[in-house]
Amino acid sequence: MIGPVLSVRGLEVAFGSQDRRVPVVRGVDFDVYPNEVLCIVGESGSGKSVTALAVSGLLPATAKVEGSILLGGTEVIGADAESLRNMRGQEVGFIFQDPTTTLNPVLPVGRQVTEGQVAHGRLSKADAPARAVELLREVDIADPLGRAGQYPHQFSGGMRQRAVIAMAMAGRPKLILADEPTTALDVTVQAQVLSVLARRQAETGAAVILITHDLGVVAEIAHRVAVMYGGRIVETGPVGEIFKRPRHPYTAALLQSIPRIDTGNRRLDPIPGQPPNPSALPSGCAFHPRCVIGRDRTRCRTEDPMLHRVGETQFSACHFSEQTNAIGIAAQPRCESSRSEIAKEPLLIIDQLKVHFPVKAGLLRRTVGSVRAVDGVSLTVNAGETVSLVGESGCGKTTTGRAVMGLIKATGGNILFNGQSIRDLGRAGLRKARRQMQYIFQDPYSSLNPVLTVADIVAEPLRIHGIYDEMGGASRIAELFDMVGLSRTMLGRYPREFSGGQKQRIGIARALALQPRLLILDEPVAALDVSIQAQIINLLQDLQRELGLSYLFIAHNLSVVRHISDRVAVMYLGRIVEESTRDSLYEAATHPYTQSLLSAAPVPDPAIQRKRRRIVLQGEIPNPASPPSGCYFHPRCFRASARCATEMPPFEQYLRSPTRSACHHAGPLAEGGDIPTIGGSSGYRPMEAAS
Amino acid sequence: MNRMMRASAMTRRLLTRKGALFSLIFLAAITGAAAFADLLSLDPLSQDLVNALEKPSAAHWFGTDELGRDIMARAVYGARTSLLTAAGAVGIAAMVGIPIGLVAGFFGGWRDAVLMRAVDVLLALPGILFAMAMIAVLGRSQTAALIAVGVTGIPSFARVTRAQVLALRKRDFVTAVEAFGGTSTYNMFRTILPNAWSPILVQVVVLASVAILLEAALAFLGVGIPPPTPSWGEMLRTGKSFLYEAPYYAVLPGLVLTLTILSFDSLGRSLTWLLEDRHELVELNVERAKP
Repeated sequence: MIGPVLSVRGLEVAFGSQDRRVPVVRGVDFDVYPNEVLCIVGESGSGKSVTALAVSGLLPATAKVEGSILLGGTEVIGADAESLRNMRGQEVGFIFQDPTTTLNPVLPVGRQVTEGQVAHGRLSKADAPARAVELLREVDIADPLGRAGQYPHQFSGGMRQRAVIAMAMAGRPKLILADEPTTALDVTVQAQVLSVLARRQAETGAAVILITHDLGVVAEIAHRVAVMYGGRIVETGPVGEIFKRPRHPYTAALLQSIPRIDTGNRRLDPIPGQPPNPSALPSGCAFHPRCVIGRDRTRCRTEDPMLHRVGETQFSACHFSEQTNAIGIAAQPRCESSRSEIAKEPLLIIDQLKVHFPVKAGLLRRTVGSVRAVDGVSLTVNAGETVSLVGESGCGKTTTGRAVMGLIKATGGNILFNGQSIRDLGRAGLRKARRQMQYIFQDPYSSLNPVLTVADIVAEPLRIHGIYDEMGGASRIAELFDMVGLSRTMLGRYPREFSGGQKQRIGIARALALQPRLLILDEPVAALDVSIQAQIINLLQDLQRELGLSYLFIAHNLSVVRHISDRVAVMYLGRIVEESTRDSLYEAATHPYTQSLLSAAPVPDPAIQRKRRRIVLQGEIPNPASPPSGCYFHPRCFRASARCATEMPPFEQYLRSPTRSACHHAGPLAEGGDIPTIGGSSGYRPMEAAS
Repeated sequence: MNRMMRASAMTRRLLTRKGALFSLIFLAAITGAAAFADLLSLDPLSQDLVNALEKPSAAHWFGTDELGRDIMARAVYGARTSLLTAAGAVGIAAMVGIPIGLVAGFFGGWRDAVLMRAVDVLLALPGILFAMAMIAVLGRSQTAALIAVGVTGIPSFARVTRAQVLALRKRDFVTAVEAFGGTSTYNMFRTILPNAWSPILVQVVVLASVAILLEAALAFLGVGIPPPTPSWGEMLRTGKSFLYEAPYYAVLPGLVLTLTILSFDSLGRSLTWLLEDRHELVELNVERAKP
């Protein structure tokens, strides 16, 4: 048996001053072996990133670190600056979350890729350019010779992250630390980057520690998993076991609470409460206040459980780990009763909506062209229905939502709300119309005015419309708080005293204050912790049922969309390429873009993941200022023909299905036929490489 | 109540810095003396030609000037002149500059271009020359000095406010107000301005010191508030003629002037530190809470 590359024992990290020390990592042990991918999963504040920083010796000087970190036989804790520098150059490679800030904008990418090696004297300056080209080729960058001389801004996001992978691999390190490497990327690009990372890992036999909050990514790439909660590892084991038979209630509950792309009709089973704040950890087991098993048991309240063996290679830190199976009971199905009552009267009709932004250039700021952010979108939302707009960043989904809200001026087309055109309305008319529809923002951290109390924030719309007293004043605000599940005792507090999920509830309460009929939800759960997302999704579904609301739901996360929608429209470069009822879209997509999106979305189940065929799209979304000719998708499409390059496909009904699709070659995926898949049998699947 | 608690917590943190503490004590003393000068039985105007240019003594702590007036009394009443001018000037600059910055930053486009170019023109003129020109037009008086100094302070308020507005107006909570029907005026004054107060507050302190210095400079050049009203600049101006016989005549009021300006500057620096520190904390929290 080969020894571990990295061996961490009793790692403790605390921040803060002597009298107020905040423990962020509280006794973490783990090993990473060569040729293995260890995923550390956790929510914000779980200590996962701090653990990684400790391993690399990059923690700030204010951190107090204890324990032992042996990397290739060298002790990292207490090492002097010079040996840390050597270690970072030779033993460890880093991949950070945001490739835009990892790369130095003023140096050519090729030079940066080999910079570290040259600095450490392991590569001569003369050989560096050739080595850079070789490294870039290894991460699938087309035309590596030409690309090596380019600057980071000439690279797209996915290419940048692949360049960062090349950089991390340059010194053939024994260990690669990747902190949320795909969180900033779109789903099709994430698929590319993950497959490159997995392939390079298998080729070099390096050990990889990948830190993520996304269980789908874990299922896709991990060999072994460590789940962190409240500064400790609560469960660890092989990826298959963890997903099939989780032995810690947190892992089990987390798997129950996340929406999945392969099932849509169950009600999510959220974990109650909030992830703990490291400065105010619960006594005993940190998870006990949220745990169905331990909530009322004295032992869980008083005694912090140690990680102990529960299977051949599986460990769990739970006093009652044998009882976790009970959590796996099927959650109650989503309440369908109201669904049948959807009235077929359209509440919102978007007709050929166009939003073009002028591109100005030159000394006189003349308009030289336009970015067609939204270019002919038609969509209908019926009363009581949820319609989702899905797409990758830059596809125009948010612009569509904001144009409907009147926050961005439409360039062409029409928006009818309740039979009345919003575009014709004057300022007063628009103000009135806005009482009927409200907007919920993605980022709850920036959508609440920090200088107002939350009661004032929720009351603000009523005050602006001068109907605060008419609507019931303070008692109405308290009622809204009840509706979104917040305690009335919180009314006088300020936004910063709330967690992300609670802030999003406040945003929802504010939107409901004016009793709107339509809510436009712009990625309402994307910025939230995994265990909180389910709470908000359930709240939205309950509110819809109680108040008969219509939702226009804008999202990039296909799993969430499957969960909440009645109908789904997929956008690409400012146009809707496919629209259908939820189930027919997810089960029988006809447009190749939809098919690739669906296949790229990771499923949090390694068993299913391995069976699925993956379509990995080439390239990335083109610049909307100069879209390709013909069908906008044809340069990336696996079905494209000569016709696609010249002729824009019409958006029309596909056979007799409820689906409308804009493709010359619309149709279901052929069995094992026409697509370049990266599937179950290729050489870097998790279990084959496992040690 | 919460806001009061926060303000007192901030003040307590501010006072942990020695510079800020000394500055506040000094400024409080000066302001107190200026405000209650009438109760101190100090007379800045009574002449006593026999005892002209006396050295500091028990009767005259700062000595007497060439007309035998008590220099300490003149310095105290001069503080009144300086502080009043500073307060008025800062008030004028803020009342004009802040709305300019708000409108320019919020609407952008031609409004921004017109307003900010006007501000640039103001900024391009040397403050002291501009102030002298205004006084030439308005005549020498307290009001003229106040307006002249105030107008030169408009650009800094306009620019600081505009920068804040630009940073804030794309924030979701501003868009949110627009989405539920709030008007632009509401958004500017009720949503953005309360979020922009901290750099503006720093600007107030910084500008106060600039205004005092400018007022003193005008008086020194003989175009400030007309005598016999005591003012620090005026005392420096006459004092310099007697530097040889009675050095304390110019030095002591000059010292008071220097200390006042230093105090304002040091307070401004401490405020900047405090507010930046607070922003950092807020950002760190956001960072941590995001997945």
